[in-house]
Amino acid sequence: MGLTYQSTGQSSTREIFHTLADDCDYVIALAGNPNTGKSTVFNALTGLRQHTGNWPGKTVQRAEGSYIYKSHRYRLIDLPGTYSLLSNSADEEVARDFICFARPDATIVVVDATCLERNLNLALQVMEITGRVVICVNLIDEARRKKIRIDTDKLSKRLGVPVVATAARSGEGMPRLKELVSDVANKRVQTKPQPVRYSQDVEDAIARLEPRVKAIVGNSINSRWLTLRLLDGDTRLVQTMENYLNAGKTVPVMPVGQEGLA
Amino acid sequence: MSATTTLNCLSNGSFALVKEVVAEGLTRRRLLDLGLVPGTKVEVIRRSPAGDPIAFNIRGAVIALRRDVAGQVLVSPWK
Repeated sequence: MGLTYQSTGQSSTREIFHTLADDCDYVIALAGNPNTGKSTVFNALTGLRQHTGNWPGKTVQRAEGSYIYKSHRYRLIDLPGTYSLLSNSADEEVARDFICFARPDATIVVVDATCLERNLNLALQVMEITGRVVICVNLIDEARRKKIRIDTDKLSKRLGVPVVATAARSGEGMPRLKELVSDVANKRVQTKPQPVRYSQDVEDAIARLEPRVKAIVGNSINSRWLTLRLLDGDTRLVQTMENYLNAGKTVPVMPVGQEGLA
Repeated sequence: MSATTTLNCLSNGSFALVKEVVAEGLTRRRLLDLGLVPGTKVEVIRRSPAGDPIAFNIRGAVIALRRDVAGQVLVSPWK
C-alpha cells in the first residue's frame, strides 16, 4: 500500500486532497462567493474549458487544472463558491478544509466588483486562515458599466494583500493576476493581512487560549484562527483535524481548550 | 422610527432595514454571512406560489429564505 497520510503524518496532508505536489511547483486555491466568475477565472488561467454556468452550486466538488508561468508549473484548484467558511455546509467544508489543511502556496479570492461589500466577508475569513492571499476583483467590466469605480490600491493597503482588477471573460488583468500569484506563492512579496479585531472579551479569551493551542498544533495550522473556532464551539472542526493532522497530537485539544476557558 | 416587524411579514416590492438577527447558532452565522447585519437595506423581490420561500435582494444578490428563517430577522420598514 505504500505510505498513507496516517503513517506519514501532516507532511503529506496534500496527498489526501489528491493534489500531488510532485508534478507542480506551486498549489493555488481559487475561492470566492457563488456567481463571481470563479470558473471563468479558472478557465482564463488554465486555458481549460471547465463548464461555466450562471447558477449557484455549479462547482460542487473541486476542479483542477494547471498553468505554466515563467517556467514554474502552478496547479490551480477551483473550490466551490461559498459566502462563508464557517456555516458548515458541505461546500463550505470542502473550501475550508482545503485552505486550512492542504495549505496552498497562495489562495486567490475572487470577488464581484459590482457588490464588493458582500464579497469581502469571505475574503476576510480566508485571510484569517492564511495571509498568502491575492484578491481578484472580477467583473470589473460590469462594474464600469454600472459606474462603479474600485480603488484597488487603497483596497490592497487596507487589507494588506495584493489586489488586482480583472474581467476574466475578456482576459483583462489576467497577466497581472498571474504575476501577483507567483509573487505571493514564491514569497517574493510578503503580505501583511490586517487581522479582524474582535470585542475586548473575545480578544481576552484568545489571548488566554491561543498560547496553549499553539503549543499543541505548532505551525501546522493558524493558531489564532483555530482558537476562534474553539471559542465558537466548532466541534466538527476538531473531528476534521483528527482526520487530516496527526491524530495523536490533536486529541488533547478539546480538554485543554475547555480548561483554558474555565 | 417605524415599527419593528420581521422579514417574512413584508410585502413584495417593499424595503426594510435590518435591526437585529435573533437566530442563534449556525442559522445566525449563515444569516450574518449572507450580509444580514444590522443596518443592511433589504428588498423583497418576490414570493414562490405557496408564499414560502421568499426572495430578497441582499447587498446585490438575490437570496431566497424560508419563512421560518426570515422570521428570525427583525427589520424596520423603509419607505
